[in-house]
Amino acid sequence: MTSKSLLKAAAALLVLALAGSTADARGVKWARSGDALTLDPHAQNEGPTHNVLHLIYEPLILRDRTGKLLPTLAISWRATEDPTVWEFKLRQGVTFHDGSAFNADDVTFSLERALQANSDMKGLLTFIETVSKIDDFTVHIKTKGPNPLVPNYLTNLFMMSKKWSQANNTVTVQDYKEKKDNFAVRNANGTGPYVLVAREQDVRTQLRRNEDYWGKGEFPLGVSEITYLTIKSDATRIAALLSGEVDFVQDVPVQDIDRLEKTPGIKVNFGPENRTIFLGLDVASPELKSSNIKGKNPFADKQVRQALNMAIDREAIKRVVMRGQSIPAGVIAPPFVNGYPKELDRLPKVDLAQAKALLQQAGFADGFQVTLNCPNDRYVNDEGICQAVTAMLAKIGVKVNLVAQPKGPHFTLIQKNPPETEFYLLGWGVPTYDSHYIFSFLYHTRSGREGGWNGTRYSNSALDSKIENLAAEIDVVKRNAAIADIWKALSEETIYLALHHQQLAYAMKSELDIPVSPDNQVHMKFIAAK
Amino acid sequence: MRDPADSTARSSAAGTIASARRSRLAAFLDSDLLHSFLSSRLVVLAALVSVLIVGAAVLAPLIAPHDPYDLKSLSLLDANTPPAWEQGGDPNYLLGTDDQGRDILSTILFGTRSSLAIGFCSVLLASALGLSLGLWAGYVGGRVDTIIMRIADVQLTFPAILTALLIDGVALAILRHHTVEGGKFSILVLAIGLSFWVQYARTVRGVTLVERNKEYVEAARLIGIGPLKIMFQHILPNVLGPVLVIATINLALAIITEATLSFLGVGLPPTEPSLGTMIQVGNKYLFSGSWWMVAFPGLTLALLALAVNLLGDWLRDALNPKLR
Repeated sequence: MTSKSLLKAAAALLVLALAGSTADARGVKWARSGDALTLDPHAQNEGPTHNVLHLIYEPLILRDRTGKLLPTLAISWRATEDPTVWEFKLRQGVTFHDGSAFNADDVTFSLERALQANSDMKGLLTFIETVSKIDDFTVHIKTKGPNPLVPNYLTNLFMMSKKWSQANNTVTVQDYKEKKDNFAVRNANGTGPYVLVAREQDVRTQLRRNEDYWGKGEFPLGVSEITYLTIKSDATRIAALLSGEVDFVQDVPVQDIDRLEKTPGIKVNFGPENRTIFLGLDVASPELKSSNIKGKNPFADKQVRQALNMAIDREAIKRVVMRGQSIPAGVIAPPFVNGYPKELDRLPKVDLAQAKALLQQAGFADGFQVTLNCPNDRYVNDEGICQAVTAMLAKIGVKVNLVAQPKGPHFTLIQKNPPETEFYLLGWGVPTYDSHYIFSFLYHTRSGREGGWNGTRYSNSALDSKIENLAAEIDVVKRNAAIADIWKALSEETIYLALHHQQLAYAMKSELDIPVSPDNQVHMKFIAAK
Repeated sequence: MRDPADSTARSSAAGTIASARRSRLAAFLDSDLLHSFLSSRLVVLAALVSVLIVGAAVLAPLIAPHDPYDLKSLSLLDANTPPAWEQGGDPNYLLGTDDQGRDILSTILFGTRSSLAIGFCSVLLASALGLSLGLWAGYVGGRVDTIIMRIADVQLTFPAILTALLIDGVALAILRHHTVEGGKFSILVLAIGLSFWVQYARTVRGVTLVERNKEYVEAARLIGIGPLKIMFQHILPNVLGPVLVIATINLALAIITEATLSFLGVGLPPTEPSLGTMIQVGNKYLFSGSWWMVAFPGLTLALLALAVNLLGDWLRDALNPKLR
């Protein structure tokens, strides 16, 4: 350690000590069921991962709780005279946690990094042709065609320090699927409101307020220290809140909401999430490895998929498993999304007799076996949903072997190429608030930047080109018509079985007030301390 | 202790054997063992409870009001029903239902059945393995003895549950893409069995070391009987006593280990719940007032483990001449 950095450390300690003595200092212990999968900002496009990263790193533009785009590291943006070139003006005087200054080099570096093959964020950036630095605080993004939604795609794209990444050999994105590691997975150097102090994966992450934060004075920043804990067991997580050991529980099990609301000193906030829970099916493999049917893939037959769809009683799942905290769904687009096909969001009628008849027509009168992969620490009551589905499908003779596991290994099964699951539960949130994000990640053939979360092996070149054309359509009316057209075609295919749009509940000590955001991202800088 | 001449006597007339059996039964009725059993009320009670639970578990398919493993019969709308005597209870579900609409009473019966089956099978596996290795090590001695016993020592440094978790994890990783009917059952038996063999091996080796220098063994060796036959026909009967005691105590341990593995989510799948799985599921509902989901399976597990443990303790004391 050089004497200069020693001095800095001493200064930081002094600041910390002073901050600790002021009245507004408040530590928040925050518990969730699952941890961030990695701290590499571009390795995983996953909600809880971004939730932690948003504390440390910042995007150019942030989406606030009301859905508004908020200037963050970019202070303004616009499409230039050439509609395929977007200009971003950057905020000046911003420093990374290591003290180095933020400028255009870091932006071009970060965007290019997010376009690498290992990056899970590349599916959001399919429109980018080139990124260029104009001056230290101006960046141009050249798009493949005119794209009105460019800013929407950047709200979870975190800016890293180029110098820091090069010095620590993390220029390449972590290959999460292959369980690779790099320096950025465990260490972080962002511009965000909180600085990483210590982290133990799946146990705790310790953060302290960034006293040099550019937004000091602009945001409440009432929380001075964050201890982010992973408590997988529902009962333990709630016990920790009831006993006062933690201050805030983001994943409240639905069965405990009643009890928490009745407990003095504890507050529960509710809100809809911009996320739909659904089942994915392998519709294209010649046969299913986990099935007793050989030489044929039952899911490849549309009648079988429709039969499964009819056998699932979504209202019962809502009433019993979700205790009312869901909106049963017929499409995998949440209502928040531009192009949400309201008329298609109808529930298939539960009809076991017809489902059986369909199976018989498809040649599976005796049903078949298949393995269902399910996460058990990601979505509200995810394992309970899978168990209920297992019992419902048994009624039409489909024998489901349920494998429930933590989200890390579960998501890997879907992301591997080829996927290692044939029937899985997934929830998809839409940070861009636009249908294209769903099409591109979940329906487009898995290739290049697209289809990263399409575990169904579904591939339809006509659809693919329709999806690609969306990115370049600037006429809003035409674009929305094209989106509606795609949704209609897809609803006839039944590639995914939509289950419900998820509702959220946050529970906290009543001196805190953390509202539910549709992104399920808690931006602590907006929280004041009482 | 059995007389070595016994085995030669076996070849004589069948009538003698029958009368020997009768006299053995008479000897048992008159023995210290039975006497000490009947003289302790606690032990008799423990035996009664064990017999009751084991009996109910064995007869589960006949006496259970529902079949909790038949997913077709489950209805989500019956979920979270409290016990029959509580408000909102349903006489159809005496002890209530779980979060998927399974009848708790039936699930306990079936779950105990799986727990006991896994317990028995893994104790059988552990004792067979421990016995063979212990006999071999004790009788042959030398390098074989050193290798087997050092492996045993190393394994003893880990808690059994850790070994079981390791074996379970490895087996699951290997079998990930091949779902075999009953595969999970065999994996659990293997995992628990392989983590409990050491105690048997050490005890059997100790006794074997003493026995192998006794005259009857030397006599057997002298008349040219092979080592395998000596080990299993002559020495084995003399080590069975302590093995029986360990097996009884281990049975309770094995049942608890199975429950622990299931509780941790690596045991039997949630669609075929054992006692541990039920407790894990019920645990989620502890704060929401659905106490019956965890209370009844928990109580059953505690009772079963306690009863079997008490029996094992008594057996150990009764068979130990120093404590008489």
